[in-house]
Amino acid sequence: MKLLLKIWRQDGPKEKGQMVDYNVDGIEGDMSFLEMMDILNSQLIEKGEEPINFDHDCREGICGSCSMFINGEAHGPGRNVTTCQLHMRSFKDGETIFIEPWRAKAFPVIKDLMVDRSAFDRIIQAGGYVSVNTSGNTQDANSIPIPKEDADLAFDAATCIGCGACVATCKNASAMLFTSAKVAQLSLLPQGQVEGKERVINMVNQMDLEGFGNCTNTGACEVECPKGISLDNIARMNREFLSATAKGKK
Amino acid sequence: MASKGLLSSSIARKFAMALSALFLIVFLLQHMSINMLSVLSPDVFNEVSDFMGTNPLVQFVLQPVLIFGVCFHFIVGFILEYKNWTSREVKYAKYKGSANASWMSRNMIISGVVILLFLGLHFYDFWIHEITHKFIEGKDSFIVNGESESGFRFYEELRHKFAGDFPRMILYIVSFIFLALHLNHGFESAWQSMGARSKKYTPIIKKIGVAYSVLVPLGFIFIAAYHYVTQL
Ligand code: HEM
Ligand code: SF4
Ligand code: FES
Repeated sequence: MKLLLKIWRQDGPKEKGQMVDYNVDGIEGDMSFLEMMDILNSQLIEKGEEPINFDHDCREGICGSCSMFINGEAHGPGRNVTTCQLHMRSFKDGETIFIEPWRAKAFPVIKDLMVDRSAFDRIIQAGGYVSVNTSGNTQDANSIPIPKEDADLAFDAATCIGCGACVATCKNASAMLFTSAKVAQLSLLPQGQVEGKERVINMVNQMDLEGFGNCTNTGACEVECPKGISLDNIARMNREFLSATAKGKK
Repeated sequence: MASKGLLSSSIARKFAMALSALFLIVFLLQHMSINMLSVLSPDVFNEVSDFMGTNPLVQFVLQPVLIFGVCFHFIVGFILEYKNWTSREVKYAKYKGSANASWMSRNMIISGVVILLFLGLHFYDFWIHEITHKFIEGKDSFIVNGESESGFRFYEELRHKFAGDFPRMILYIVSFIFLALHLNHGFESAWQSMGARSKKYTPIIKKIGVAYSVLVPLGFIFIAAYHYVTQL
């Protein structure tokens, strides 16, 4: 099929960018969206033009790097998929497709469709870990009994791949879904509860510092999240944060 | 990092927002119920209005709390909205908000601003007159008389406002529709902001929220329309 692509081009973080039109032909429905981008890029290279920069790595929905805002939605029209898992059969022959980078003050554009998501790393560094001694004498995890339901909820939260689609899609560019998943995956487990209060306070403070917006509970993040992370996590984080703030950290 | 003040974190601000909103929700139900009396029985309406208008507890405790609550709510609403707007400096060329969230949830500021404008009109219509009457002209006030003598004043004022005034009735009705839109998302959202969410109660909260957001504004619409239509 033939497509008209309107793609954001920006030479660098400080440069001014713009939407540029590209025509591609010979796209098959079974191709992934990234394969379609590869075809466009090889055409650009043949013509001696600068290829379009975009992030990608695993191409199987586990690394979270393939950030593209496609036709007004994070990772395009599919549900529970990343851009690399999106197939071209989701589009019609002759369709115009808008392709933009994640837009958020906290995710500055590096080049074209690539954005800097290190704000997420700094949220994790602020508390998204459990302090354990890993010098070889760690206890077997199964020696700590954990209710099945909690283990499942923690595991669900832990499937967050840090892609940033929640931020990209939120009208407020809020990082609540990501942060809450990263809080919940630990706070639901006994090993994580020890540092629970300071974790939630520090991670939320870092999230605010990075310049993400507030949560209006629109629920758009949950719909667009490729891993189906639930709003339950945001409510849980609100509870934990409010009670930790009320009680004082320690 | 020490934990900061009450309104310095995004979650605490939303918690305060939700508290003020829930207070307003309780107030609104009370307000609608009393107004409904004006349809059912002018006498009872006057009696209750007189009580609300002269009781010191209502006048000097609840009323200031209410005014503070409304102001707090819309000021924090504007602050949140500003922060949210500036969190995305470069906007999308194409953004399909309807694909993943309701219009109500995405436009709380629009429905909120309509309510705020309405409050301006509503204060002009009733409250300013009430205050002038009581405190400037010194009538009907327990401060002056020790006892109220307001008689049928409340009901008559209300009837008078809607007598033959089609544009006013329409303004009221349109505002109540926006109130319904605001509450349709707001009711449920307030509980989520406070972290009150569970498999068991959230579906019930959602149902109550939808019922409240439809029935309370509908009640107000009925009252405004009733007083207009019965005076044609
Ligand atoms: C005076 C004019 C008003 C303005 C400007 C206003 C504005 C707003 C805004 C902007 C929000 C969304 C905040 C956010 O999450 O980003 C909001 C939430 C809300 N508002 Fe209002 N509002 C007004 C009046 C009211 C009234 C009269 C009620 C109820 C009777 C009400 C009930 C709510 C509720 C329940 C929420 C949800 C709170 C939450 O999400 O935690 N609002 N308002
Ligand atoms: S919560 Fe979902 S959308 Fe947000 S970063 Fe994690 S996987 Fe991506
Ligand atoms: S490239 Fe890894 S998730 Fe898409």
